[in-house]
Amino acid sequence: MTVSDAVKRDAPQARPARTKVSWAWLGVLPFFIFTFLFLIYPSSTIVIRSFQDSVTKAFTFENINKLLHSQYLIQSYWISIKLSLITALGGGFFGFLLAYAAIRGGLPKSMYAALMTFSGVASNFAGVPLAFAFIALLSPTGLLIGWMRALGYNPYFHGFTLYTFTGLAIVYMYFQFPLMVLVIAPAIEGMRREWLEASENLGASSFQYWRYVALPILGPALLGTMILLFGNAFGAYATAQALTGGQINLVTIVIGSELRGDVLGNAGVGYALSLGMVVIMALAIVGYTALQRRTERWLR
Amino acid sequence: MKRGKFWAWFIMFLGILYFFLPLVATFIFSLKARLGELSFQAYFNIFKSPQFLYNFGASVVWATFTIIVGILIFVPTAFVIRLRVPKARSPVEFITLLPFVIPPIVYVFGLVRTYSQPPLLIVDNPALLVAAYTILSMPYMYRSVDTGIRAIDVRTLTEAAQSLGASWPTIILRVILPNIRTAILSGAFLSFAIVIGELILAGYLVKPAFAPYMAYVMQQKAFEPAAMAIVSFALTWIAMGIIQLIGRGRGVQVGAGH
Repeated sequence: MTVSDAVKRDAPQARPARTKVSWAWLGVLPFFIFTFLFLIYPSSTIVIRSFQDSVTKAFTFENINKLLHSQYLIQSYWISIKLSLITALGGGFFGFLLAYAAIRGGLPKSMYAALMTFSGVASNFAGVPLAFAFIALLSPTGLLIGWMRALGYNPYFHGFTLYTFTGLAIVYMYFQFPLMVLVIAPAIEGMRREWLEASENLGASSFQYWRYVALPILGPALLGTMILLFGNAFGAYATAQALTGGQINLVTIVIGSELRGDVLGNAGVGYALSLGMVVIMALAIVGYTALQRRTERWLR
Repeated sequence: MKRGKFWAWFIMFLGILYFFLPLVATFIFSLKARLGELSFQAYFNIFKSPQFLYNFGASVVWATFTIIVGILIFVPTAFVIRLRVPKARSPVEFITLLPFVIPPIVYVFGLVRTYSQPPLLIVDNPALLVAAYTILSMPYMYRSVDTGIRAIDVRTLTEAAQSLGASWPTIILRVILPNIRTAILSGAFLSFAIVIGELILAGYLVKPAFAPYMAYVMQQKAFEPAAMAIVSFALTWIAMGIIQLIGRGRGVQVGAGH
């Protein structure tokens, strides 16, 4: 810091301290009030309610207990985690390839711009319209299935259906890998050409370049983004609901049906399930921010 | 180099195939509303339907208010943090990430239960829906605005304005806002896309909106929902295209609630 910087920075403090503090707080206060009222307070009631009996409001571990002893509920976490993992890995891998091809593959610049715009759209394309698009493509009467049938191969005779786990994973990819493209693109752009040139000059093969230079640098960014993809799929609800009508027991779907107040629903268990989700997502986000920091050290 | 180009084109080709096949299938399907011929009948039907206009209009209204509330809250916050209370940065950033951590389906139940009992009986008030949408789009809106504010020299601009005798509202409205116009627009379009496509909140808060209406029509009809899917995709694409045009890809996008 230079002298003039220090002077500049000190100048505002010459004013009366009280006005500075009150003014500053007036600016930030609406944010804290707003988020407390409409995010933090309503969400924290979930934590409390998961330790409450849904009828008597008495404090209890019963909900957590039910959750831990229900094969069905534990199963729903597994299905969600499995789906999120598969689509995060698959979407992450293909999204990375796509972004790398567009940035470093020697394609026209306009291709890259188009890919980014399209990714912005597709990563937000979910729910009913997305489900519908895949029904039009991959349902028994869908376009692609029709083409395959014409070629003499009907996947529906070989165990494939759109409305199960595999189908859902294919559909989720539609918003997973564009998200990967969007988030990983800056990291790929940040890789310097000199690194490749230097390793080539030292006689490294392209495998060695990837193994010892590119992947160690990109590693944290890749992993961090895939964690983001995991969270993205884990919290998804509308797409699965629209596609399968709640036939697949994802955690979000189970929560939806437990809390909706159906006769069979148990609100307390619904809240306990939500709490479990928040814990898993929180772990994912903590991992993401930690890795993000590591990446920022390399890529400026 | 030639070999490199080939694999790049190949990957791109696969990507384009996966991107476009579902859309092509939806589009072709949407043209089949009249038996035995291709027509835009389904599109005429949806645009003729007062229900469509009513629900779509409602979503546009929610989106507009969401964007206004977002600007009113997040612009001053990011500005003040940058200028006066850098200490507030990490708690604020943490809070803006929370909507990613809390799945929308979980969030909406917390919201409904909290505000459906006295003395907080405001669950029927449309303002609650707008507030919830503002929270849902907060990660996008706040990050866009914050990126925009970091990119300009807030301190010099503010001091220059102050020394010319400008009041705080004048500084924010006439100096800061015009300088971060692009960032705000990019946040606004993302918020718009989110609100238009959002299914859960409006559904559980029982308000008219585009996505729940589309979900409803999907159960009743065959061709109209396909047409609506194409329309909503086109609308989102136009919004994103505008962001790219004015922002040159600077808009920050991280995750979305599905």
